[in-house]
Amino acid sequence: MKNSTLTGWGIFILFIITSCAPKGSDDKASPFSDDVASKVYVAPGQFDEFYAFLSGGFSGQMSVYGLPSGRLLKVIPVFSLDAEKGYGFNEETKPLLQTSYGFIPWDDAHHPELSQTDGVPDGRWIFINGNNTPRVARIDLSTFETVEIIELPNSGGNHSSPFTTENTEYVVAGTRFSVPVPQKDVAVETYKENFKGALSFISCDPVTGHMNVAFQVLLPAFNYDLAHSGKGASHGWTFFTCYNTEEGHTLLEANASQYDKDFIAAINWKKAEEYVKQGKTHDFPTSYYHNVYDDNSHMATSEQIKSVKVLIPDECPGLVYFLPTPKSPHGVDVDPTGEYIVGAGKLSADMSVHSFSKMLKAIEDKAFEKEIAGIPVLNYDAILAGVVKSGGLGPLHTEFDATGNAFTTFFISSEIVKWKVGTWEVLDRAPCYYSVGHLMIPGGDSKKPFGKYMLALNKITKDRYLPTGPELSQSAQLYDISGDKIQLLLDFPTVGEPHYGQGIPASLVKPKSKQFFNLADNAHPHVTKSEDQAKVVRDGNVVRVYMTTIRSHFAPDNIEGIQVGDKVYFHITNLEQDWDVPHGFGVMGATNAELLIMPGQTETLLWEPLFEGVFPFYCTDFCSALHQEMQGYVRVSKKGSTVPLKWWTGSSK
Amino acid sequence: MILASVILVLVFFFPIWRITLIAPQYPTGITMYIWINQITGESPGTLQNINILNHYVGMQMIVPDSIPELQYFKYVVGALILFGLIAAIINKKGIYLAWVILMIVLGILAVYDFYLWEYDYGHNLSPEAPIKVPGMAYQPPLFGKKMLLNFEAYSYPYWGSLFIGISVVFAFLAFLFRRKKSNSL
Repeated sequence: MKNSTLTGWGIFILFIITSCAPKGSDDKASPFSDDVASKVYVAPGQFDEFYAFLSGGFSGQMSVYGLPSGRLLKVIPVFSLDAEKGYGFNEETKPLLQTSYGFIPWDDAHHPELSQTDGVPDGRWIFINGNNTPRVARIDLSTFETVEIIELPNSGGNHSSPFTTENTEYVVAGTRFSVPVPQKDVAVETYKENFKGALSFISCDPVTGHMNVAFQVLLPAFNYDLAHSGKGASHGWTFFTCYNTEEGHTLLEANASQYDKDFIAAINWKKAEEYVKQGKTHDFPTSYYHNVYDDNSHMATSEQIKSVKVLIPDECPGLVYFLPTPKSPHGVDVDPTGEYIVGAGKLSADMSVHSFSKMLKAIEDKAFEKEIAGIPVLNYDAILAGVVKSGGLGPLHTEFDATGNAFTTFFISSEIVKWKVGTWEVLDRAPCYYSVGHLMIPGGDSKKPFGKYMLALNKITKDRYLPTGPELSQSAQLYDISGDKIQLLLDFPTVGEPHYGQGIPASLVKPKSKQFFNLADNAHPHVTKSEDQAKVVRDGNVVRVYMTTIRSHFAPDNIEGIQVGDKVYFHITNLEQDWDVPHGFGVMGATNAELLIMPGQTETLLWEPLFEGVFPFYCTDFCSALHQEMQGYVRVSKKGSTVPLKWWTGSSK
Repeated sequence: MILASVILVLVFFFPIWRITLIAPQYPTGITMYIWINQITGESPGTLQNINILNHYVGMQMIVPDSIPELQYFKYVVGALILFGLIAAIINKKGIYLAWVILMIVLGILAVYDFYLWEYDYGHNLSPEAPIKVPGMAYQPPLFGKKMLLNFEAYSYPYWGSLFIGISVVFAFLAFLFRRKKSNSL
């Protein structure tokens, strides 16, 4: 008894010692140092100041958070199926996921990018890239729904995307993996001879936002990693980092890390437009899909495109220049003035900052080191504005605040370093838990950063939260950057891997948020605008159920005369015209998912009954006090049965 | 007196009554406007939303086309305007007073009629209603505030009624201060 008590005390003392031991990092968020909690406290019923859009990485989706609270507001399905919303399962959204490889239910989504006007986020749309099967999606910020996905031809791994130009003239895309262009069956060893890297400029209609691959620029077989477009002085240019200028095709971790310097490719897209006008493009035969969702018909349609315009730099002088940049640069970020182009050599400790005006002068003076495939390589010293000697390791990405400071993430040393643009002086540093990739300052890659907050997007969380088995979440960490010192405020887990993020004041998005769809404007080919138009129509083995929902019943809610082997399309129109009254629809044995139908919207679920019997269906979204009563039955008879097709609700048989 | 008639024209452009329902799920309320010839809401879906709520307790659907008053009230008001103008031309004290009394009597009748409709909607409930609360009626107040289950109902006259009142006041003033040689006011 005594012994066990002593052991107990021993353990207790050990525990105290352990808890007092230095943790290896000074936690600046200590509640004793400042009133941190009140800075992130958004009282119940109050709104956050900013929307933050974080990519879901390998979840394929985009999540929307409020800042500073870190509250999750919505997960927007983009490239991956989402059974919760019926996305990719209902007939209306299936075409959005069509590609030249067929229907693809997943992708790896990395970089959200808000549309801009005059170089400032305007809150109209947000774009995001699909990395695996190269695509770019556009999300409408009045509905927070994916409304367009375009596939990219001649590409493999759309990583350096979809960074926008100042007025969203273009969002860009670049191939991380060079591939044979056009694709063909060749030996991998013939990489240098047969492979190419295509950079795509996707134009956006200023009114509808509709995307179109305007042209591609065909570059040497490097890996095009990240991009940012110029702004202000450098408007008209887009900068892409590249690694593997060694053109290795195996064991890249070594083979692509041999040269001291790789490049930032500077593309003069205004010049490209001239060349396109002059007809300097080549029409390359290819195949890619363009899918558009329409908010009036509530349907997406797919179009296959079979040719793309390509510019060859050798034939277009002044179109592309290479800026030598040390050690496999990853991020390329342009400061708010557009003068400085920061290249983060991810295998070095320092960052090279190029000067746009020096770049123009070097071009004028023909200060070239050499040429690669007709592309001049500018003299490194002639274009260098300065070097940031950070003392960190593995710089990746830089964002800017409104007062001339830059913040750069360091993956290996797991920290963010604050430095002064122009003097390159290091001002402060803050640890990240752990291994930060991108960072996000609202408007931090635009001409007018909104500043105030900074979000670190971390790859590893290890001991930061309660453990959840082998798989742990990624995380975001919120810092206050309004003072001289960076202050950690909040640490929250994220949905999927938040590669990059975008932030925008809520006031630029909230007033445009749609509450419901106007039923009178519903142009769905299978809409049912009132209960008395509800019906069931058979055409061979295709049965179309024109059904309506309104609190708290379906019309019809009893259906007979369906047969085994039928393809039953439930075209369901939600007649509600009020905010936040969606109805759901689940039918027993459906091999796809539910429908989640917004007020005024029509959605379609395909149901193929396998057995005879009577099967229930019901509303899946708690809609009203009598939600539980919102249900019905479908009677399924054997094939060729004489049971007549009948439907009704209530007594109106 | 002409002014009295002209002001009455405004009744065609402004609702005469407003009913607002507020509940936890409807923090900003649902508001319904009653005109002399139609029933509207703050959005095109309002009437449907009110009908959805009402059907749970078995109230009849509010279908403006099936309310005869909304069809013929505009003619009554039109006739009153015409009568007012004729009265102005005739310019007799007695005829002004007659107009004022007619307006007041018709006004009282209209409010009583409105009350009857409210009573009918509130009491004439479907026996098959999903929610039946014994002894509970859902008649909105004629004037003022009342709790109807989870809804706080507010009912007050709106601009149109104010114009009717002003019109009557002007007509009464015309009766008091009739000018012998002039036929205005």
